[in-house]
Amino acid sequence: MKTLIRPALSLFILLTIITGLIYPLAVTGIGQALFPAQAAGSLIQRDGKVIGSRLIGQNFTDPKYFWGRPSATGPYPYNAAASSGSNLGPLNPALHDAVAGRVKALREADPGNSAPVPVDLVTTSASGLDPQISPAAAAYQAARVARVRGLKLDAVQTLVAQHTEDRQWGVFGEPRVKVLELNLALDGLQPKP
Amino acid sequence: MTPHAWLLLGIYLLVLLALVKPLGIYIAEVMAGRPILALRLGGPIESAIYRLCGVRKDEEMGWLHYALALLLFNGLGVLAVYALQRFQLWLPLNPQQFANVSPDSAFNTAISFVTNTNWQGYAGESTMSYLTQMLTLAVQNFLSGATGIVVVIALIRGFARHTVKSIGNAWVDLTRITFYVLLPLSLLFAVFLVSQGVIQNFSAYQNMTTIDITAYETPKLDAAGQAIKDAEGNAVTEPVAIQTQTLAMGPVASQEAIKMFGTNGGGFFNANSAHPFENPLPLTNFFQMLSIFIIPGALCYTFGRMVGDTRQGWAVLAAMTILFVVMAVATITFEQQGNPLFAAAGVDQTVSATQAGGNMEGKEARFGIADSGLFATITTAASCGAVIAMHDSFTPLGGMIPLVLMQLGEVVFGGVGSGLYGMLVFAIMAVFIAGLMIGRTPEYLGKKIESFEMKMVSIAILVTPLLVLAGTAIAVMSADGRAGILNPGSHGFSEILYAFSSAGNNNGSAFAGLSANTPFYNVMLAIAMWFGRFGVIVPVLAIAGSLAAKKRIAVTVGTMPTHGPLFISLLIGTVLLVGLLNYVPALALGPVVEHFMLWTGH
Repeated sequence: MKTLIRPALSLFILLTIITGLIYPLAVTGIGQALFPAQAAGSLIQRDGKVIGSRLIGQNFTDPKYFWGRPSATGPYPYNAAASSGSNLGPLNPALHDAVAGRVKALREADPGNSAPVPVDLVTTSASGLDPQISPAAAAYQAARVARVRGLKLDAVQTLVAQHTEDRQWGVFGEPRVKVLELNLALDGLQPKP
Repeated sequence: MTPHAWLLLGIYLLVLLALVKPLGIYIAEVMAGRPILALRLGGPIESAIYRLCGVRKDEEMGWLHYALALLLFNGLGVLAVYALQRFQLWLPLNPQQFANVSPDSAFNTAISFVTNTNWQGYAGESTMSYLTQMLTLAVQNFLSGATGIVVVIALIRGFARHTVKSIGNAWVDLTRITFYVLLPLSLLFAVFLVSQGVIQNFSAYQNMTTIDITAYETPKLDAAGQAIKDAEGNAVTEPVAIQTQTLAMGPVASQEAIKMFGTNGGGFFNANSAHPFENPLPLTNFFQMLSIFIIPGALCYTFGRMVGDTRQGWAVLAAMTILFVVMAVATITFEQQGNPLFAAAGVDQTVSATQAGGNMEGKEARFGIADSGLFATITTAASCGAVIAMHDSFTPLGGMIPLVLMQLGEVVFGGVGSGLYGMLVFAIMAVFIAGLMIGRTPEYLGKKIESFEMKMVSIAILVTPLLVLAGTAIAVMSADGRAGILNPGSHGFSEILYAFSSAGNNNGSAFAGLSANTPFYNVMLAIAMWFGRFGVIVPVLAIAGSLAAKKRIAVTVGTMPTHGPLFISLLIGTVLLVGLLNYVPALALGPVVEHFMLWTGH
């Protein structure tokens, strides 16, 4: 046993220094030298101030904006310092109440629209910070946003298309619309008669 | 399964199987210490490490010596992870001033990361300092992965060698696998991840003003800071409106890379690989899925090469792959079906060109159903436990597949090293059953399988079901255990069964609605994790030692070939038989009941 203690202790300390200090510092050094914007969180700046991250969703409830995925983070939605899903099971009455409530809120914000609601617009995301929605969920909201903002529908649809990404390399993931960047672009549009 | 899902699965398997052979050869060369380029380049550093540690690299160990070395090394790991969490407030790299972690939670996390489980009772971004994350948790991602791999290498040496007492040198094996395999792979992958948007910094959390206003209700507090309750005992709330967001930061990419390669799975953030800062794109997701299976897959080739017959390795890999494909197709199919109760609420769950449809609760828009279902199958087939979707919100049968994969003993690819040694234990069991049927002494790879090996095999196979089922039974019978349940009905039982299946089999994923950061679960699950790990490793090393000492017997016409379809079927049959006999009653009470209730509209 004694012959084991010295190698165990010294190897543990050495490997800790290599994998726990040298390695992460090397990745930090290389990452910040080659990809500084990504390493810092893909932040969006306006007038020198950070107003969001391209990768992290924000909460939108005003009808003039496209709404993102519902978020289950606490104590408020889209808390980017406490990522979390709802973890509600498929039979849990709390899930069905929540979904019914979200359908109702969408319909109240857009009384003329009786189409079925795309599922990703009424179910919470895994992280609670999902920055994107499906193109179907964007299409469902386009008429509402155009009406509230006094924009033409096709102007809004063009903007949505500009912020839609297809499957990566044609096969990975799903088509999706970047909600925060789309809403920033909307705020940049001037209403046209 | 949509055509897109089939295509994704096909491409995944193609890329994976193409990488198995080159990496498998590399690992075999490294572990044998052959003078390949990497070893010549790293040689001086490697020798310096041995000199500093007083290791003589040609000094071989018997199995007991090897097991003691690993236990001691991992025991030191537990102490280090525990200690750093308990003192993190007074140490550097803690910009959010996180408090010292409570003793029971720190104990649970220490056992969890050392045993390669990476079960997380805590939420990373609100609990752990950057120093704790990188200097203990990420370190154990390397070292627990290395431990698993060296155990299977020792077992393979038991088959490959004959009439010797030793199975290798634990210190040399641990050093080589860390230094030449895990570290370079992680460094490359981490830099790639940063290039794609995974963060890597030591900044304090970023505060900023958001575009829209968020209104929510917060509990009203009295002067003493206690929540005020109304006459009916409900908390009184007051409305709050904020227009700020705080972005959690940290050295994520470096930890993310080894989290996948070491099949660890412990996320830097609470939402794990679902968090956009850990896994921002479908492409990073694809590579994360590859990096989970790549080493477990490659080790099968390493195995075949080391025993001098690569067909043996391909046979084991074939058994794993067949089981995996069936399970992946099942998970994706069940999740694509969606939640039948949503239709009445006016929700559209049909798959189309503009939406993934299906059960999107707890899933990310960029991943949809196919990627989420595939990832869930991979992460539980391997004992990884990282998640991109919340398994607790899966459909009953979609959530049962991850549960079953863990309960099969994490042998479908499985953890790095642990998956293959688990599968080889089942292979010994399979030839034993076959031998009984035809009345011959069972043999595998030229070694007679005798009573000592079968005793050790029995312990290795039975220890995890015992931990899982006894642990679940104790938890459902105690008030402390039931207090953690989030979802009502049979799903609540599934949450507990999932927790113990995950801990006992060292997976680490969760039906995360279970509130497990309590002294009860922290202690119970730590026990399951420790014995689920070392209760298997020690008997496996005993088998290795016993096999190494045996004579090699010649292949005759009476020898059962262990590389053809017959053996592959026998191996799959053994895995399923043992797993299902153990767990069918428990599964019937959980996901099966829930499935029938859901589809009959209860």
